[in-house]
Amino acid sequence: MVFLILYSTLAMIDVHSFKRTMPVTDKEVALSERIEAFLAELKRGGSGAGTLRGSGETARETTALLRRITGQAQWSSAGDLMEIIRKEGRRMMATQPSETTVGNMVRRVLKIIREEYARLRGSSEVTDQQESLHQLLTSGGLSEENFGQHFKDLRANVIEAINELLTELEATTDHIAMQALEHIHSNEVIMTIGRSRTVEAFLKDAALKRKFHVIVAECAPFCQGHEMATSLSEAGIETTVIADAAIFAVMSRVNKVIIGTQTVLANGGLRAVNGTHTLALAARHHSTPLIVCAPMFKLSPQFHNEEDTFHKFVSPHEVLPFTEGEILSKVNVYCPVFDYVPPELITLFISNIGGNAPSYTYRLMSELYHPEDHEL
Amino acid sequence: MADADETSKQAERNTNVGDGIAVKKQDIARAKNEGKELTKDEKQRLRKEKKQQKKNKKDDKGESEHENVPLPPSQAVVQCQSQKVCTSEKPAKSKAEQRAERRARQEADRAAKGKKGESAQQPPSGKSKAPPNELQPVVKRLPEHVQVDDPAAVRKLAKKLERQQIPVRSEYGYKVSLFSHLHQYSRKAPLTQQISIPSTVIHPYIVRLGLQYSQGIVAGSNARSIALLHAFQKVIQDYKTPPNEELSRDLVNKLKPYISYLNQCRPLSASMGNAIKYVKKEISNIPCLCKEEEAKKQLLSCIDNYIKEKITLAATTISAYAIEKISNGDVILVYGCSSLVNHILCDAFDKKRKFSVIVVDSRPRLEGREALRRLVKKGICCTYVLISAVSYILPEVSKVFLGAHALLANGYVMSRVGTSQIALVAKAYNVPVLVCCETYKFCERVQTDSFVSNELDDPDDLMVTRKGKIHLENWQDIRQLGLLNLVYDVTPPDFVDLVITDLGMIPCTSVPVVLRVKNVDQ
Repeated sequence: MVFLILYSTLAMIDVHSFKRTMPVTDKEVALSERIEAFLAELKRGGSGAGTLRGSGETARETTALLRRITGQAQWSSAGDLMEIIRKEGRRMMATQPSETTVGNMVRRVLKIIREEYARLRGSSEVTDQQESLHQLLTSGGLSEENFGQHFKDLRANVIEAINELLTELEATTDHIAMQALEHIHSNEVIMTIGRSRTVEAFLKDAALKRKFHVIVAECAPFCQGHEMATSLSEAGIETTVIADAAIFAVMSRVNKVIIGTQTVLANGGLRAVNGTHTLALAARHHSTPLIVCAPMFKLSPQFHNEEDTFHKFVSPHEVLPFTEGEILSKVNVYCPVFDYVPPELITLFISNIGGNAPSYTYRLMSELYHPEDHEL
Repeated sequence: MADADETSKQAERNTNVGDGIAVKKQDIARAKNEGKELTKDEKQRLRKEKKQQKKNKKDDKGESEHENVPLPPSQAVVQCQSQKVCTSEKPAKSKAEQRAERRARQEADRAAKGKKGESAQQPPSGKSKAPPNELQPVVKRLPEHVQVDDPAAVRKLAKKLERQQIPVRSEYGYKVSLFSHLHQYSRKAPLTQQISIPSTVIHPYIVRLGLQYSQGIVAGSNARSIALLHAFQKVIQDYKTPPNEELSRDLVNKLKPYISYLNQCRPLSASMGNAIKYVKKEISNIPCLCKEEEAKKQLLSCIDNYIKEKITLAATTISAYAIEKISNGDVILVYGCSSLVNHILCDAFDKKRKFSVIVVDSRPRLEGREALRRLVKKGICCTYVLISAVSYILPEVSKVFLGAHALLANGYVMSRVGTSQIALVAKAYNVPVLVCCETYKFCERVQTDSFVSNELDDPDDLMVTRKGKIHLENWQDIRQLGLLNLVYDVTPPDFVDLVITDLGMIPCTSVPVVLRVKNVDQ
């Protein structure tokens, strides 16, 4: 008796989370397990100590998870679905704030839902666009729309659209690599820093037809440049590994700097691995073009001074090991992982939809994400 | 008689051997046989004879320019005596004299016409006693250590080392093509493995010093210079002038193989080069009449004075200037381990300035840890980062203090690799950059990039173990992979705001003025 009363009071206090934490069907159990597993992976992978997964992998897994949620969760209208996805998205972003691809994919999926809903409702795309421009001016518009209408085909359509997104994600690296021959000519000296799978594919593709030389800065303390160098040299590219300190010394002989990045920010700047800002400044001093190979899923609507989560720090053991015990306790040691690169230092972005200048980023942003989703 | 007149008429530069050469020769031979020490005149005659013979040899070979090989004294004496024996008749001797004089005149003409753009005023004599005119064109010889890709230069060096009985160090690993003109050695194969210990040719202190250089035990340009000068002091103490030789000439010749050996162990730095020039000058200025003990004492005290003046007192002066630039509440950024900058910071801390220091370090040398230890021991509040985090930490910095390896005549600062990067980023954030350098490190070379004259360190140092795995372990097996471990780089003068020297605080572009003033003084 008492037990029942307790049970019901608990149930009355926290209805929504109760709904969440007590799944009703097996499907939902499986789904929430999946989500938990994914969150655990995210948390572990971001500390720098575990395997550093590529952002592409994270993006694909996030999208697959969102598709699963769309397919298996209980929802009746687009608004409900968006709410569910927003919630899950917030949880995922909170686990690993520096992994921005998670948030980007959530925003893409939200935009897909909006589009599909609008299509089913019957409003043409033209009026949509006009409305969005009008919306920009008057900050009203579609917000009246509460997405409450139920459509039978919405689930299927959304899942199909997410499948298209997944196909696009799987092909991003190839699309970027296809453009390599337009940018690399023979006998060039190209400089890069750290390890980027996109740049690796880009250079390997160009090496099939042209002969050039690559200088890789090792990017202490993780020294991912070493892996990059071995991988490139095994593909037959003439590679040299240099220490970070020699970047400016060697820059006068470099023709192009090609780098990857973790995130492309809303103003066209970068959040890239540390040491990239120095590289960009050295390239600007010698008037060397700086090319960033970044697929579209890395584009994020954040600015660099928005939150305190721009910088991420890892264990200072990487910089000053514990063997230096006597001085370690008296000294502050920092080991930041990311660097901010302002858009003035960047010459070109190469993405899976082609090349564009940093000043065009705002337009791409409006095509990928809905302004209301910038704040999840 | 006519011959004697002829010979007496010819008043050429080195032909006073013409008058009664045979007589003088007999005197010299007699003196030698009696075991007496030669007088000053006799020694001069002997020297001039040697020079003449060398010239004759050269003319016979028909070479236009060659390094003057100092003939070992015993050989020259033998030649001298043999010549005396076979050419004792006067007429034959004077004919040879005439031929020699004619040839010498021809060579002088050729030399005057041959060199492009050279002023005709340059006297054909070997020694030019005119005051050093800065506008006089300099015929510079390219140093050997930047000509590794030229097989002729390599052969010449090998011959020279063979003559001095010093082993040649072998190159290691694949060299990046941009740097094929520089040496690249492995630390695991020091030169001492190829010489017999104890060495008969090289003084043991020098052997030890060379090993310390090549293993990096003694590093940093001040430390290397001071160690070199102390080793020279030991050499001078143990030196004994061989009979019939002058200390001022023989000691310089004794030092040459030592310098070649040290160069093979690790290329000489600019400060070491200046120190060696000073020591050689002091030795050759020893008056001939000086007794050996006195001469040695004088040399030892000269070297002590040099160290005291140019290094120790200079550091105190620079520190006194620099402390005016350090204010309370400053956050000062330093790079690597510069003995001078550490000295300045410790002095400022002793004078009760309140500041904090950020030490920036870089792989693979990680010298910043040594600087960190010294500063922490003193009690200064420090932060430590790697060079890739410089653009993160720089917004908090108020001043950057850098040390220098050498200051070049066109205003560029040659320093540890990474210095130019720090200056670049500091400039981008508008943080003032101050370089501290003693005047004895100023050098007359000019350089605009870090490629033409640099040092390549052991490439294996770049390997690192991460998570129990070394990615670059088999880099030698992969043909296309190269590792580059540079030691120095040059910073353009527009990144540097001020240079603090013992002569005062000067802008980077005033370095040639200081060099000129120093040359005029000397």
